[in-house]
Amino acid sequence: MRGGKFIANVLPPVLVLIVVTAAAEGIIRALAVPMFLLPRPSTVLQYMAQHPADLLASLGTTAQAALIGFFASAVIGMILAISLSASSVTRRAFYPYAVFFQTVPIVAIAPLLMIWCGPGLAAVAVSALVVSIFPVIANTLAGLLSTDPALEDLFRLHGAGRWARLWKLKLPSATPHIVTGLRIAAGLAVIGTVVGEFLVGLMGSGEGLGVRIVSAKKLGRTDELFAAVLIASLLGLAMFAAVNLAGRLLLRHWHASEQD
Amino acid sequence: MTSQAAATIDRSVSVRLLDLRRTFDGGVEALAGITLDVAPGQFAAILGPSGCGKSTLLRLVAGLDRPTCGTVELHPPLDRRRFAYVFQDAHLLPWRNVLRNVALPLELAGIAQRQRQAAAVDALEQVGLAEVLRRYPAQLSGGMKMRVSLARALVTRPKLLLLDEPFAALDEITRQKLDQQLRDLWLAHRMTVLFVTHSTAEATFLADRAVVLSRRPARVVADLPIDLPQRRDALLRASPQFAAATKTIYQALERGGA
Ligand SMILES: Nc1ncnc2c1ncn2[C@@H]1O[C@H](COP(=O)(O)OP(=O)(O)OP(=O)(O)O)[C@@H](O)[C@H]1O
Ligand SMILES: [Mg+2]
Repeated sequence: MRGGKFIANVLPPVLVLIVVTAAAEGIIRALAVPMFLLPRPSTVLQYMAQHPADLLASLGTTAQAALIGFFASAVIGMILAISLSASSVTRRAFYPYAVFFQTVPIVAIAPLLMIWCGPGLAAVAVSALVVSIFPVIANTLAGLLSTDPALEDLFRLHGAGRWARLWKLKLPSATPHIVTGLRIAAGLAVIGTVVGEFLVGLMGSGEGLGVRIVSAKKLGRTDELFAAVLIASLLGLAMFAAVNLAGRLLLRHWHASEQD
Repeated sequence: MTSQAAATIDRSVSVRLLDLRRTFDGGVEALAGITLDVAPGQFAAILGPSGCGKSTLLRLVAGLDRPTCGTVELHPPLDRRRFAYVFQDAHLLPWRNVLRNVALPLELAGIAQRQRQAAAVDALEQVGLAEVLRRYPAQLSGGMKMRVSLARALVTRPKLLLLDEPFAALDEITRQKLDQQLRDLWLAHRMTVLFVTHSTAEATFLADRAVVLSRRPARVVADLPIDLPQRRDALLRASPQFAAATKTIYQALERGGA
């Protein structure tokens, strides 16, 4: 049952990947597109096979920053959402500033982060944090505000204080919302990291995937560039999948459908 | 005084509502002066047209809402924790198994783990659900969820049990079974019960007294004693006395504009 479901879920996207890659290979060969415009998938794979150590080192650097940024936005985002949920006055006063994280152009403020934190891990992780925190705040807040009023009554009736209501009722019942927010944040954290690394790369230091993308572009090495982009995308996908799995485990008892 | 009688008195509380009114912000007048005396250990059904203010009344008694004017008096004055409230739907916590759902009120009251578990198992046995302790709400049928909800209400050994159309969402057969179970539980514990329902037959089967409210804003239009045997079973539903009592309540509802 489980295995069958897994195959049914995994097989279609893998097939799409193979077909699209093969088609791209065929079209690029047929049209004789020059390498500096668009490398063939086989060239990209070849590059990856020839430089595994460099690419893994870059992946490690980027993954570290992305994970730090992601966990920071999970923790800080949830704490901010809890504070915002405390009263409608604080919500009205501060929520517009939370929206700021959604609208701030990261490319514009990233140089500032470099100035404040130095061109390194800290600046890159903060960039990931800034890009990924809003969905955590917004979804957690929505979850905290949609607690079943009957259950709130029940808790009040039995004399539950503020903390008991938060820990035993509001946060657990917001779990589906929180998981949704974290899923979005996982992908965004990688994007924020790579954008942060672009700027580090422009300053000529570091070895993250974003740095590699910038330097490969300068040298016209499109195979390296595509390899780095591909690995960054896979990192985002992996973080998304990990959050998804954690969410399923957390919510496994909620729905009859996930019991089998 | 026998020890059983002492236990009975320990479980009972009288409820006195004096000219209770509630007008919501925005001007909706739900209750227009309800005066009602419920004796210790009495089982009172409250009926009335949809939207007339029955839930509002129950919330005021539970202290979950404040009256615009009038008073709610409980005698003897009762620790909030000896109240129990059952909603129309089970409202269980989906992330807790049955045992921990039932133990919740004791947990909130700061009772030690071992004691509250024992009490929860006991309450689940009373509603006939001792075998599903470790299941989660998503794995239960509607009727079972409602029984878990009832067990959660009983776990504090309440002196005052407030039920707001608890079985309304269930099918007729399940509902009659639960009515039977509730009546038997009441006979065993003799707590004071206020039971809101839309069903005249359910009120007749369960209660010793039917309080009928008018259309909103609610007033008491009839207060009818239900003179049926203490111990009730399915056969009673087919008897002429039962039909007569149901009819009387129905007529009062019609007078109230249902
Ligand atoms: N918090 C509130 N704010 C404003 N109006 C309310 C509020 N709660 C209830 N009302 C209104 O008060 C009236 C009575 O509501 P209530 O829920 O007590 O009725 P009810 O008799 O329980 O209805 P039902 O049979 O449908 O359960 C309704 O018109 C409802 O819209
Ligand atoms: Mg109601």
